[in-house]
Amino acid sequence: MKQYTWRTGVLQVVMIGVALFVLVPVYILVNTALKPSGDRTSPLLPPTSPEWGNFPAAWEQASLGSALVSSTFVTVGTIVLLIAIGSLAAYPLARITASWTPYVYYGFMLGLIVPSFLALVPLYATFRDLGLLAHPVGLIILYLGERGAFTIFLYTEFLRAVPKDYDEAAGIDGADRLKTFWHVILPLLRPVTGTVIILNAVFIWNDFYAPLLFLSGSGSQTLPVALFSFTGTYEVDWTLLFAALIIASLPMLIAFLVMQKAVFRGYATGLKG
Amino acid sequence: MTTTIERPTPSSTAQGDAVAQTRRRRRRPQGNGWAIWFLLPAGFFLFFSVIVPSIQGAVYAFTDWNGLTTDWEFVGFENFLRMTTDPFASTAVVNTLLLTAITLVGQNVIGILLALALNSQIKGRRFMRVIVFAPAVVTPLVIANLWRFILMPEGPLNSVLDAVGLGWAKQIWLGDPDLVIWSISFVILWQMSGVIMVIYIAGLQNVPDELLEAAALDGAGPVRRFFSVSLPALRPAIVVSTLICVIGGLKTFDQVWVMTRGGPGVSSQVMSTAIYQAAFLRGEFAYSTAIALVLTVICVIAAIIQQRVTRARKDG
Repeated sequence: MKQYTWRTGVLQVVMIGVALFVLVPVYILVNTALKPSGDRTSPLLPPTSPEWGNFPAAWEQASLGSALVSSTFVTVGTIVLLIAIGSLAAYPLARITASWTPYVYYGFMLGLIVPSFLALVPLYATFRDLGLLAHPVGLIILYLGERGAFTIFLYTEFLRAVPKDYDEAAGIDGADRLKTFWHVILPLLRPVTGTVIILNAVFIWNDFYAPLLFLSGSGSQTLPVALFSFTGTYEVDWTLLFAALIIASLPMLIAFLVMQKAVFRGYATGLKG
Repeated sequence: MTTTIERPTPSSTAQGDAVAQTRRRRRRPQGNGWAIWFLLPAGFFLFFSVIVPSIQGAVYAFTDWNGLTTDWEFVGFENFLRMTTDPFASTAVVNTLLLTAITLVGQNVIGILLALALNSQIKGRRFMRVIVFAPAVVTPLVIANLWRFILMPEGPLNSVLDAVGLGWAKQIWLGDPDLVIWSISFVILWQMSGVIMVIYIAGLQNVPDELLEAAALDGAGPVRRFFSVSLPALRPAIVVSTLICVIGGLKTFDQVWVMTRGGPGVSSQVMSTAIYQAAFLRGEFAYSTAIALVLTVICVIAAIIQQRVTRARKDG
């Protein structure tokens, strides 16, 4: 069964077809981005002379530079804080077997199920009143609640599978809780932190709805909002838009290609449960 | 903590007493009071950004709040009654359920087939896994704009159909009210099926090779082997990907907003776009929270059903 038969050969041909099905739209994307503005030739024909100038023009007109800074600030800032508050909360949730712990845990897990759409409308009004609108810090505060549940879930489930002996040994040595957390629990959580980073990074970097509400029209739009405003400002100029789309995709694509194995592992293990 | 100090220690010189007590206090299993400090930071953000505004939203759903002034009145179920007669909202509910059903079935079928194919001995399977998964890490804004172009009436898809003699199959993919939800669902499938594939590939590692070989020796063909051996072992993976697809489907916003903004007319309106339009383009904040509350209830029901099914399977 584990050898290459004629059946495998047929499958090979089918899968090459599938790969082309994914790659042809990508070809159209790149091809169109390299054509001169207003070009009317078929998007399947390669450009006669590639218009590399589309990329700097798109970078400029869609203000991708500042969007890249905003996206990085929001994503990195949120994830650092998520790791901190998530691992702190997971420690008691995984280790204390009191009658109240399951309820607190389920309380946090509500954040996994309840869609943010219900919270975002009143939160918009609250942020407006507090002056947090149009400021990336407001977005980080939102994500800490929204993604906190998922982060706590990953950390708690992971820690529950780790024998208590490790931290109890530390407890007997007289280390207080915070020291046990810092010297024992946090290092124990390192393997799952990779998953926490990857899954949260993909979500936050790519999220559109919340930054559309909170950062639209401000100077600190994230990449998805910058792309969206770019499509709205002019009659769609596909060549420049596609150049902008390519630039905006590159950071995530490169990160994925560099860390394929960790990403696959993160998606395979992190989404369980 | 003070109780520790009051307790007499067994071995004690006058001076060593204090030291022994301190040691003893640390050694004793402490109460759970410390937990509050560890839960507080995460708890604060959960309350501030999720729980409090969700409750506010649930309350506003029964009012005539306009989002600006603080004087609002309870109007009972008026907003919900309006949803039933307003095509803007009722179409949104129907479309959300339809889109969720299409993407749920589609992603799982495609995901399993891709996982089986790329778990075989074919050449370049690692490379193909990367290719198929890659669109899922890119923001939906990019993918939706790309397909908005490909699916235009004069766009690449229709011109290819013309060129290969399939001109009769040409459609106005995003402009035909009967077709538009299917076109949007297709774009979601194209981008997201790779995620489900990865979950199923991980699930297939739990399928024992010996069992597959034994079944093959007993004369079971590949289809029979899949249904009798692989599928039962894939149950946990099916449960997970079902939940991901349902929650993801119900929350779909980006693709719809970029490709059609709910149009033509209201024909591709989903609940998320209806919430956004009602609140931020029409200023009907209370009405938008009513739609959001219905969406929340649907999500919670879906999660409860999923829990029940998981438990029933574990027991059975």
